[in-house]
Amino acid sequence: MDTLQLEIVTPDRLLLRESVEEVQVPAKGGYLGVLPGHAPLITELQIGEISYRQGKATRFLAATGGYCEVLPDRVIILAEKAEKAEEIDTTRAQSSKDRAEKRLGELQNPDIDFSRAAVSLQRAIVRIQVSGKRGS
Amino acid sequence: MPNILDIRRRIRSVKNTQQITKAMKMVSAAKLRRAQERVMSARPYAQKILAVLNSLVTRSEGQTHPLLEDRGNERIQLVVITADKGLCGAFNSNIVKAALNFVGENRNRQLTLNCVGRKGRDLFRRGPLPIAHEAVNIFARLDYSHARQIAGTLMEEFANREMDAVYLVYNEFKSVIQQRIVVEQLLPIQKLAKSEEGSLIDYIYEQSPGEIFGSLIPKHVEVQVYRALLESAAAEHGARMTAMDAATNNAIELIDSLTLTMNRARQAGITKEIIEIVSGAAALE
Repeated sequence: MDTLQLEIVTPDRLLLRESVEEVQVPAKGGYLGVLPGHAPLITELQIGEISYRQGKATRFLAATGGYCEVLPDRVIILAEKAEKAEEIDTTRAQSSKDRAEKRLGELQNPDIDFSRAAVSLQRAIVRIQVSGKRGS
Repeated sequence: MPNILDIRRRIRSVKNTQQITKAMKMVSAAKLRRAQERVMSARPYAQKILAVLNSLVTRSEGQTHPLLEDRGNERIQLVVITADKGLCGAFNSNIVKAALNFVGENRNRQLTLNCVGRKGRDLFRRGPLPIAHEAVNIFARLDYSHARQIAGTLMEEFANREMDAVYLVYNEFKSVIQQRIVVEQLLPIQKLAKSEEGSLIDYIYEQSPGEIFGSLIPKHVEVQVYRALLESAAAEHGARMTAMDAATNNAIELIDSLTLTMNRARQAGITKEIIEIVSGAAALE
């Protein structure tokens, strides 16, 4: 079985470097699945979940924006922020979701930056989703 | 003759100082290790961004971006990265000296300052140059969002043509006992090197290369700022460690010499007393 070398780097650290069989990334234009031997590709990422498969096990990560470079034998993800499913603090994600929802609810308040609140809501939702998939 | 009691008091006070400097040295050593790790772990991201940018430059010939525009060096913003705290030897004063040098060389240009770190801010606030921005107390909990914020303001003002160039002055971490002062140009971004090897791969672009290029450039600037901040933080801890080590050694030396003086004084006192007794006894005979 062919494998891909998956590397996920954030500004803080090299998060992951592993041999995997399949990767899914949240590209700007929708989710993108990558198998070994994929044509070289560069794309921007949006907020979403990254998943990769090793044998039968599939693992998930929450990622916020960044870039993805695909080569036939390698996938390099430059994420602004990325967390493994088991690292996510679910209560914090839940509270930031609640906060963002509350902000979006106050339509008449001019002090609130709606696009920012919407982004943080989206991020929180993804993190909650991903944290529910740990170890599956 | 020095008073024995005074010398004792003095020794005790030096001992206390020595304990403090010793503790600070240990703390700095621990922090230095962490800071060094962060510098290392930030490296792959920076390298990868640069690699992708370079391969894009090769492909999208003649790509322009507001942050690449060279308008000469008439109005310069100088970003001075110092520490928030002192007690780290010549760390801050070296940076300030380098910054003043830079100011001297560009006397006939319009300069503004952007002070990162309390020490530099406090000093330049008293000087004649206008401080456009400042960021103090960030080094205790430094993370990427600080870099994003600093870089964001710089890029915005640069794109709005409020200044023509941005330079960074910071301490680069070379080794524990050595820092190197770096003055480098941040904006406009220097010509990106065309990579030979990258040009061989023919990428598919989901977005147009221009679009990716346009959003990667700001990332690159952020990373540059982030790296400078991390380097400076590591260098600061290194400098503090060396300074505190020297201070501890000086304290030991001082205690030794004070102990010697004290013993001499004690000895002299005893001798004097004996002479008094002997001469007193001699007078009776």
